[in-house]
Parts: sequence; C-alpha cells; structure tokens
Amino acid sequence: MTESGHLPTPDISHLSSSDYLKIYEPAEDSFLLIDALEKDVNFLNQLRPTVCLEVGCGSGLCLTFLAQILQTKALFIATDINPSAVDICQKTAQQNNISIQPILTDLVSCLGDRLEHQVDVLLFNPPYVVTSSSEVGSHGIEASWAGGVKGREVTDRLLPYIDKVLSKTGVFYLVIVKENLPDEIKDILGRDKFHCDVIITRKSGPEHLSILRFQRRHSDCNS
Amino acid sequence: MKLLTHNMLSSNFVKGVTKGFPLKIMASKIEEKEVDFNPEFISRMIAKLDWPALYTAAGDIKKAEGLPETITENYESNEDFLKIAHNLLLQVEIIEGDLICPETGRKFPITNGIPNMLLHEDEVTGDK
Ligand SMILES: C[S@@+](CC[C@H](N)C(=O)[O-])C[C@H]1O[C@@H](n2cnc3c(N)ncnc32)[C@H](O)[C@@H]1O
Repeated sequence: MTESGHLPTPDISHLSSSDYLKIYEPAEDSFLLIDALEKDVNFLNQLRPTVCLEVGCGSGLCLTFLAQILQTKALFIATDINPSAVDICQKTAQQNNISIQPILTDLVSCLGDRLEHQVDVLLFNPPYVVTSSSEVGSHGIEASWAGGVKGREVTDRLLPYIDKVLSKTGVFYLVIVKENLPDEIKDILGRDKFHCDVIITRKSGPEHLSILRFQRRHSDCNS
Repeated sequence: MKLLTHNMLSSNFVKGVTKGFPLKIMASKIEEKEVDFNPEFISRMIAKLDWPALYTAAGDIKKAEGLPETITENYESNEDFLKIAHNLLLQVEIIEGDLICPETGRKFPITNGIPNMLLHEDEVTGDK
C-alpha cells in the first residue's frame, strides 16, 4: 500500500506521447477498472485464478495491475486487434517484471475452443463510445473507442463467448457507459445464468462509467 | 511465444476449418529465458494442457528429447518431470517463425515473440 492507501499502479514511464498516437492512452475508464480490481483484491485472491485473460489490452496496464495484486502465480493472456497494442503490452509487462502472453487477434477467436471453461478472470474495457457503425472495425487507434450502435457492437460480439470461456467460479469485469444500456447486456448474458454486480460507478466529464462484474449463479457449466 | 500459449491456440476461426489444433510450429529463432521454478503453478497448468499437443509442438522445435509422450502419473510430486515441463512451457520462447494451420496450411507469423492470428479482410466471412 502507498501512503494514500492504494495499491501501487504499474510503472508506465516507458510509454510516451508518440505511443499514444498508436494505442489507447490509459484514461479514466482504465483507472476505474483498476480501482474495481483493487476493491476486489481479497475476492480475487480467494478465487486463486490460474488463467486470466484481458481482451483489448491496449497498453496492458490493467492486466499488469491484476498480475501484481494476485498472490499466486497465474497465466496472463492479453489480446488486442491493434498490432502496436500487443507490442506495447509486452513492454509494459517487462517494465513491471510481470509475464504476460500477448496475442494479436480479434477478441478471443483463436482461444475460444481451448479455453472452454478455463478462464478464471476476464477483463474487457471495450471501445464503448456510441459512433456510426462504419467507424467500427479498424485495427488502429479508432478501435480504442469506436463502439458503433449503442457503443456495443464490439462488446456484443464478445458476450456469446462468456458462458463458453468462464470457469465455474470465473468472473468477467466489463467497463460500460450508461449509453451501452447495461440492462440489455444483463439480458443477453442471461439473468438466470449470471449474477451481475456494479463494482464502481464514476462520472468523468460527459461519461457515466461503471464496472460490471458477472459471475455464474450456479457453478454447473458442465466443465 | 511460450509453448504454454501455443497449447491454447487454434485456427478454427478460419473459414472451413473444424479443429485447427494443434498448430504446427516452424521456428526460425528460439530463445530460452530463465523463469523461477514454481512446481505448484506448473502442476495447475499441466492439468489444463493438451499433453499430446505439447509433445507434438516440442517435436516441431526439436525439444522433445526426454519428454514423456504421455503425462506421468502423480506428476505433482515428480520434480524431474515438473522441471522438464517448466522448461518447455515457460522458459522456451519462440521469437520468430510461423504457426501453420493443420487443415489449410494458412501461416500465422510470430514476430518479436507475438503470434499474429488476424485474418486478412478477404478471408473474413462475417459469420465467425
Ligand atoms: C478502451 S481501449 C482499452 C485499452 C486498455 N485495456 C485500457 O483499459 O486502457 C479498447 C481496446 O480494445 C481493443 N479492441 C477493439 N476492438 C477489438 C477486437 N475486436 N478484438 C480485440 N481488441 C479490440 C482496442 O484496440 C483497444 O486497445
């Protein structure tokens, strides 16, 4: 703990403004996700995770933080669709003496089968800004924010994988803004299947951000 | 890319591919990096592995020597076995090379240790 009572956040002094032309610069949403993980530190350690996965890792800040606060060793896999992001994520991990396995891929498309019911902690801070659909689907910096209709076009493509990849006790942390219509997200994941907690909410400028945490109601995912 | 990561990857998101596992490894640059031996973690990971795929992958990069073809019984308490697994899974790093889809031959490059599993625009069908 630092004097402010917070766990120290990862060192990102290796990143400069030229990196942030190519990848998402950690912002209020990234730090809110970190705060949610910090709030859940005891809960997360009790889960004793073996496989942790961050989709859309960007700088790798959030997954590096998770690796730092867990007391037992785990496998940390990071995916992003932006080639610069996976490169920089690898550097962020090295800078903090953490081992992360970055993969350049769309969401979890190359992992879905083998990670069936294996993921203990899944993080996703998606491109959540409401934009036109035509802005979605780039592999550059625009992919950091452009969320299309309801800001949900990318998130909605990940949701069908959640039931498949989460382990019995697995948890899924999702960053949202109000415009993403969280009630619809809960419906899509299935209210009888997943329990949802709002871990933190924060207003930042025009954005009303929340971190949702989903966990199975019954640990009977047939794994 | 570690062999542990390789064990989790498949190419079945490619159009027409059913299993896409394990991906064949063609490595042009391999390094070994010292990683602290943690028998408890390695044991937890082995339980999640597809061992035959690890055995094949080790063969692809000519590191199968000394590796049993099937998982040793009671491996949790077999330090020799855990050390072999530790080295293969965590210390060996494929820095440059290709992963090859076993069904279509499609190559996925590994650059600077990171596998590129993205499809080109003309390969994306939209339904996967
Ligand atoms: C809001 S940024 C979050 C970055 C980082 N996790 C953070 O919290 O600072 C969203 C990230 O998702 C990535 N992304 C967007 N679409 C993706 C997709 N289809 N598959 C994987 N990553 C994607 C972007 O490249 C970007 O790095």
